Order: sequence, then C-alpha cells, then structure tokens
Amino acid sequence: MDTAVAQERENYLNASHGLKSWLLTKDHKRIGLLYLFTITLFFFIGGAFATLIRIELLSPQGNMVSSETYNKLFTMHAVAMIFFFMIPSIPAVLGNFFLPIMIGARDLAFPKLNLLSWYLLVIGGAFSLFAMIAGGVDTGWTFYTPYSTTYSNSWVIATALGIFIAGFSSILTGLNFIVTVHRMRAPGMTWFRMPLFVWANYATSLIQVLGTPVLAVTIVLLFVERVFQLGIFDPARGGDPVLFQHLFWFYSHPAVYIMVLPGMGVISEIISTFSRKTVFGYAFIAFSSVAIAVLGFLVWGHHMFVSGQSLYASMVFSFLSYFVAIPSAIKVFNWTATLYKGSISYQTPMLYAFGFIGLFTIGGLTGLFLAALGMDIHVTDTYFVVAHFHYIMVGGTMMAYLGGMHFWWPKMTGRMYPEGWAKLSSLVIFLGFNLTFFPQFILGYLGMPRRYHLYPAEFQVLNVMSTAGASILAVGYAMPMIYFIWSLKYGKVAPMNPWGATGLEWRTASPPPVHNFEQTPIVTHEAYDYTSVPAEEIEVV
Amino acid sequence: MGNFQFLPEQASTLAPEVDHLLYFLVAVTVFFSVVIFSTIFYFAIRYRRRSANEMPDAHQAHNGYTLEIIWSVIPFGITLVMFTWGASVFFTASRPPKDALQIYAVGKRWMWKLEHVEGQREINELHIPVGRPVRLTMTSEDVIHSFFVPAFRTKQDVVPGRYTSTWFTPTKTGKYHLFCAEFCGTKHSGMVGWIYVMEPNDYQTWLSGGATEGSLAENGKKLFEQLACSNCHKDDTTGRCPPLPNLFGSQVKLAGGGTVKADEAYIRESILQPQAKVVAGYEPVMPTFQGLISEEQVLQLVEYVKSIGPKPGTGPADSGQNPAKKPSTAGSMPANR
Ligand code: HEC
Ligand code: HEM
Ligand SMILES: [Cu+2]
Ligand SMILES: [Cu+2]
Repeated sequence: MDTAVAQERENYLNASHGLKSWLLTKDHKRIGLLYLFTITLFFFIGGAFATLIRIELLSPQGNMVSSETYNKLFTMHAVAMIFFFMIPSIPAVLGNFFLPIMIGARDLAFPKLNLLSWYLLVIGGAFSLFAMIAGGVDTGWTFYTPYSTTYSNSWVIATALGIFIAGFSSILTGLNFIVTVHRMRAPGMTWFRMPLFVWANYATSLIQVLGTPVLAVTIVLLFVERVFQLGIFDPARGGDPVLFQHLFWFYSHPAVYIMVLPGMGVISEIISTFSRKTVFGYAFIAFSSVAIAVLGFLVWGHHMFVSGQSLYASMVFSFLSYFVAIPSAIKVFNWTATLYKGSISYQTPMLYAFGFIGLFTIGGLTGLFLAALGMDIHVTDTYFVVAHFHYIMVGGTMMAYLGGMHFWWPKMTGRMYPEGWAKLSSLVIFLGFNLTFFPQFILGYLGMPRRYHLYPAEFQVLNVMSTAGASILAVGYAMPMIYFIWSLKYGKVAPMNPWGATGLEWRTASPPPVHNFEQTPIVTHEAYDYTSVPAEEIEVV
Repeated sequence: MGNFQFLPEQASTLAPEVDHLLYFLVAVTVFFSVVIFSTIFYFAIRYRRRSANEMPDAHQAHNGYTLEIIWSVIPFGITLVMFTWGASVFFTASRPPKDALQIYAVGKRWMWKLEHVEGQREINELHIPVGRPVRLTMTSEDVIHSFFVPAFRTKQDVVPGRYTSTWFTPTKTGKYHLFCAEFCGTKHSGMVGWIYVMEPNDYQTWLSGGATEGSLAENGKKLFEQLACSNCHKDDTTGRCPPLPNLFGSQVKLAGGGTVKADEAYIRESILQPQAKVVAGYEPVMPTFQGLISEEQVLQLVEYVKSIGPKPGTGPADSGQNPAKKPSTAGSMPANR
C-alpha cells in the first residue's frame, strides 16, 4: 500500500508498520479498514451462497443439491449478509472512518472500545463461520420457533452465539458514535452544522443501542429452550411460539433501519456534492432520520399479519407502518429538489446515488403493498417480500455503500479509482440488479412461496430470468473489487478535495494524518456551503 | 414450462378484491415512480455541469417548510386510503360467514391432513364445493406451517398449540395449488397439495363415496367414552363436573371472575390444559390430556362437543356445521355476534 507520494508525508497508513500495528491500532481510520476487510470477506461468502441458490433455482426439480443443503444455503446466505455485512457495512466502515473527521474530532470518544467492537465482530463471525463449515444451519435467518429450538438438527446454537456476540459489537459502536457526536464536535460544529451523514449515523446508533439488547435477550431465551429444554416458545412444553416472533421482530424491524439510514446519509452527501447545492430541507432530513429511528420501534407486528395475531393489533401495526413510510418519502422528494438549479456532474458516486433513489423508491413503495393488510395476506412469505427487501437493502443500501466507497476512496487511500470502469460498474450493477429482482415481484404475486427448493414448473421462466440477472450482478460486483485494488498502485494520486466538496474530511490531506487534522478545525459555516470551498479546489474536478 | 401470466387465477370471492387493491397500489407506485424519475432525469439534464468551475447561483437558502409540508401531507393522505382499503379487505377475510362449511386441517412435517366433519380424511388434497363458504380450523402437530392457496389469495399460519382459522368461497371449479408458506424444515417445499373445487353435486357424490370410519363427531363420541370423559361429564348437573350439552358457543363463567366464549379453541384448551380456565363453581380436578391424545383426536372431541351443542335455531352457535344435519340445512344459523 505504500507509494512514492504517500511516503513523503506521514499519514495514518505509513505512520507505523507491521501486522501488530494494525491489530492493536486505536486509530478509527485503521479500524475502519479492518472492518472493510472483514465485511468484504463476509460479502463474498454470502455471495457464494447466493450464487449456488440461483443456480439451483434454474430448474424446478432442484437437481444440484438436496433440500437440506438448499435450506442451509439460504439461511447462511442471509446470516452472512445481514449480520456480518449489511448491519456493519456503512456505519462500521465509512462511519468509523469519517464520522470523527466530519465533526472535526481526532478520534472516536472511546478508541479502545472501538477496537474491541471489531474483535467482537470477528469473534462472532468466527462462530458463525465455524457453524457453516461444521455442517451449517437451516432455520432461516429468522430462527422461528419451535423449529429452531426443538426440531432443527443443525448448528443453531453456534450460529446464534455468533450473532449474539456480533450484536455487542453493534451496541458498542452505537454507544461510541453517540458519545462522540455529543462530546467531540470541533468548535463551531453545532448540531445543525453537522453533515447529514453524521445525523444518519447518530439515528442509527440510537437504534443499535436500544434495539440490539432485545435481540440478545431473544437469543438467550432460544439458547435456554434449546439446551435446557425449558418451555418458552415450544407449545409442547407449555411455551408460546408466537412470542418469539414478537421478540425477534421487535429488534429486526428496527434493524432494517440500521441497514438503510446510514445509506440515506451517504446519499445526502453525494447528491449535495455533485450538484454543488446545499441539501434541500436539511433540518427535515435530519429530523426524519430521528423520526424513523423512533417510529421504527412501533411497527414490528407488520411481519406477523397472518401469524394469528389479533385483528385489531394488525390494524394498528398497518397504520403505523404507513406513518413511518412518510419520513422516507420526504427524503426522496428533498433529494430530488436538491438537484433543482444545481450544477450536476455525473461522476461515479452520483450515478450510484441515482441508482439508490430509483431502487429505494421502488423498494419503499412496495413496502406500502405489504403494509396493506388485505394485500399482505396474499404476498407475505412469497417472493414478493424477497423482492421488496432486496430492492431496499441491495438496491438501496448496497448502492449507497458502493457510492460512498467511490466518493471517499480518494480520501481513504490517497488514490483515485479509474472513472471509466467505475461508471461501467454502476451501470452493470443497476441493470443486473433489476433483472434479478424485478421478476421476483411477479413470482411472488403469482404465489411462489419463499424458501422453496422445489417449485411448480410454471414458475421456471421468471426464475431463469432472475438467475440470468444475478450473473450480470456478480460481474458488476467483481469490477470494483478489482479496480479498487488496482488503483492502490496505479491510480492517480488524489488531491485533498477531488470533488470540490464541503465536509471537514476534505479539509485535510488524502490520506489523512494520524490525528486527522494538523490543527483542530474551527467551523464557521453551515454544512454544504459551497461558497466556503476555495476556488482552486472547485476547479480540480 | 407453463404459459406466461402475471396474475394467478381468480378462484375465490376474495381474489378480485385483492387484485383491485393491487391495481390501485400499482397505479400509485407507477405514478410516483414516473414523477420522481422524470423529475430527476429532467433536472440532471437541464442543470448538468457545463464547466468545471461552474457554481449554482449563490447559495440559495430556502426558508419555510411549505414544500415539505405539502409533500408530507399528500402522500400521507394517499397512504390513508391504502390503509383503509387494505384493512377492509382484511376484515372481510378474517370474518367467516356463519353458514360456512367446516373443515379441519392439521399440518405435520411435511403433509396436510384435512378432515371433513362427515369423516372423510384427505392428505394433501382437499375437495370442496364451488360457491359455498368454507371455513378451516387449523392446527399443527409440530412446527409452524402456513396454509396458502394463491388462487384464493388466502394465507394463514398454522400454529402448534392453538387453533387458527381462515375461510374462502371458491368461485370456479378446478384444481388449485396448496402451498405451505412458512418454513418448516427439510421438505418445506414438498409440503404442497391440491384443492379440488367441484360442482355441488359432484361434491355430494364424492362425499358419499369412499369408506369413512364414521363422522368426526361419532368418533369423538367413542373417544369420549374410551377416555372416560363420560365418567365425570354426565348430561345433567348432578355430578361434580359441568355438563357439556349446549356448551358450544355459550358464554362460560370462570372461577375468579370473567367469562369466556366456548369456541373451538376454548374446548381444546379445556381438554389439554384444564387448569388454564376453570369453570366457576367447580373444582379443578379434571386431568390434563396433553401428550395423551393426538391433535386429530382433539379435533374429534371438539367436534363431538359441538355436535351436542345447541341445534341450529335453538340457541347460540358460532360457526361450523352440525354434522347431524345435511350440509344444505345449515344456512339458518342464528347471528349471535
Ligand atoms: C376427573 C373428572 C373429569 C374427567 C375425566 C374429564 N373432565 Fe372435563 N371437566 C372436569 C371438571 C371438574 C371441569 C370443570 C372445571 C374446569 O374447568 O377445569 C371440567 C371441564 C371441562 C370442560 C369445560 C366445560 C365448561 O363448561 O366450560 C370441557 C370442554 C371438558 N371438561 C371436556 C372433557 C373431555 C373431552 C374429557 C375427556 C377427554 C374430560 N373433560 C374429562 C372433570 C373431568
Ligand atoms: C418504506 C417503508 C417500508 C414499509 C412500509 C415496509 C413494509 C414491510 C412489511 C409490511 C414487511 C412484512 C412483509 C411480510 O413479511 O409479509 C416488510 C418486510 C421486510 N422489509 Fe420492509 N418496509 C419498508 C422499508 C424497509 C426498509 C427500509 C428495509 C431495509 C433496509 C426493509 C426491509 C425488510 C425486510 C428485510 C423484510 C423481510 C423480513 C423477512 O421476513 O425476512 N423494509 N416490509
Ligand atoms: Cu418491518
Ligand atoms: Cu412449510
């Protein structure tokens, strides 16, 4: 990673050397990179499972793997992707790296705790990986009881323990971010001068701190029932199976916002930078993040409309689900309005941001289908739901994550990525994504249940389309992987502020020095005030 | 590979209602997507950067929140329509009509066992007449399953340890997929079957064909004696136990206050967990039958208790079909809810 130019000036990458200097680092930037390696690994593991699933679904008779293996594949795909990739992705990589810099701090409030958080994710990941290698787990990522506690013969406990431990990583990161935002802002960095990425991560942290303990408790109960045979969820032992669903979704619905809010923060940064305009309705966007975080705790029951839950409970959950959709809609409208009379350029991060808006809009609107009670009866537990959440998580968050990676890559590494290839990758991903997941909406409405290894032949055409799309998608994801690595050695050297952006992270060298700033910055203007960017930096683009 | 289609067949009264809701939701989605995407497209072209150092006219701060308020309130209004419409369809789908034909379903890894009150039992197949509401009372012997018939647009989880129910009125004869929609283990995708919707006459023929070992209620009566329920529960109030005739559908006063409606779930619970709700005025001496009898036997007992319940027109009744009568006489159930 060392290069002629980088060696001239001391920065966080060359300040110390050796494996130990990385494994024991307290520098939030290095920890961000440690997370990057870890979650990239899990992304490829999850991706490998997805590839096998899609190949298997080419034929309705399922002639490649057994049903048992198929069930393990979709479970391990989701566990790897959700708990070890999506949830940590933007906060733990980009948030870790940039949140302190964006508010003018030298580090997070608790650097050692930050390192511990990474170790917890690694240990949790190791448990889950062990379970995958030892024989896998077949309960679905939702671990519904009593199947998971009484009937499954797979590695439920090892996997759940892995998720339990990773949960503490998430809690501690959230805590660290909250304290950092409260206590470590540079002089002049008032709450309403903070970049929206910081607001988004702040709201996310609140959910992590408040919600994840419930997941931990749920896993403990699961453990107690499975290991000590106590009746908690299994009715044969006097338990209540639906109780598990309440506990699980009380965490896992808010968790969907853990996965999407940081992405929204990234999009706000990108849209503003590449249209050179302040984000329209800054305060509305900031507050809508917090509103989503709070309201998100009130809608878990929309995952249980056909579980036998009372009619009136379902009606309340349906109503509140619509309520929580409004702040998301506001964001989309505000981003659109930001473009008005801007100076819009089409660099890669912006292309990803456009992709995000398009796919998130469709994902969000189909969420409204699912929240409509009469409609949900038909489409719940079908491919319609699968398409819905992939549009939001893969279409939305993944696009935002890649957009953010391109946006901040020059700052993180001191190198530019190859623009042409990058633009191509965004296009390939966008097309591949839609071909993969759009047919699944139709499949779901036609009635194909999710988690089906064998399926009636009339569903084959749409499944083949989906697999074709997935192949394109795989190529799209491989591209950034290759050119990012390539750019470390051959990329153009990045200037301090390649995009003419306003954030404090662009007011320090690329890559930043160990303590982020040569001297503590003093903030004198609002976020996204492009008149504050020196003219020579604007012309760099 | 079958021929390509966008909607599953519409074969129940609910299906067109759900599809109409779908059209509305799709219309709203298309409308908003087109508005948003074309605006973005237009802005992106119209305001594209023309020179590297171009700057938008000053830093236009926008004051007031008029626009935001407009575009919060309008979508909220539209979502209220979605909510109300969705809830009303759901409401219909959750309330079985009183004259529905009663069928019992038991999910078990990995098959569906379906029982008609007349005693016919089917596995992974269900024969029903067209044009007549059908109500399913369901439970599971192991894990959670879900009874899903895409052509009817109905789905209901089947949960161990309790009864759930769903209903539909088939509108078209034919053969329709039955799927298990809740992941239940290795052969989840093999837990599928067919629903055969038949002309009423064909259905009658089907019902009378095939050997049955007595109706559910008759089998329940036998069990009632074999399990010695009858030693305690006499038909009069002389014993230490409450009489069961006319129990079904009535309001039961409980020890410790409160009342409960004697529906299928209550009867089931009284047999499996007698201590959970004790009838006022009696000692909690009834032994539990949990683990001693199968879900199907419980269903037979429940159906027996229902059969000695109030006859149509003579007292409160909730739902289901009196097995002593021909199905066609069941239209005159009193409305007591
Ligand atoms: C030892 C005597 C005894 C036996 C045997 C017994 N019961 Fe009971 N049962 C009672 C008593 C006492 C009550 C009232 C107290 C209570 O609710 O637990 C009762 C209550 C009930 C109720 C609720 C009645 C109401 O008015 O709400 C039902 C239904 C019932 N039993 C069914 C059965 C069936 C079916 C069997 C056989 C499988 C059975 N019982 C066997 C003693 C018995
Ligand atoms: C815009 C507002 C949204 C609404 C109204 C909404 C609504 C719903 C509803 C009702 C369900 C349950 C469907 C069912 O199981 O029948 C659901 C499932 C799901 N949603 Fe959303 N959603 C929204 C946004 C999101 C976001 C932002 C994410 C993630 C980042 C997300 C991720 C998921 C996931 C993962 C599931 C499926 C979970 C599972 O069963 O495995 N949703 N959504
Ligand atoms: Cu949810
Ligand atoms: Cu199943």
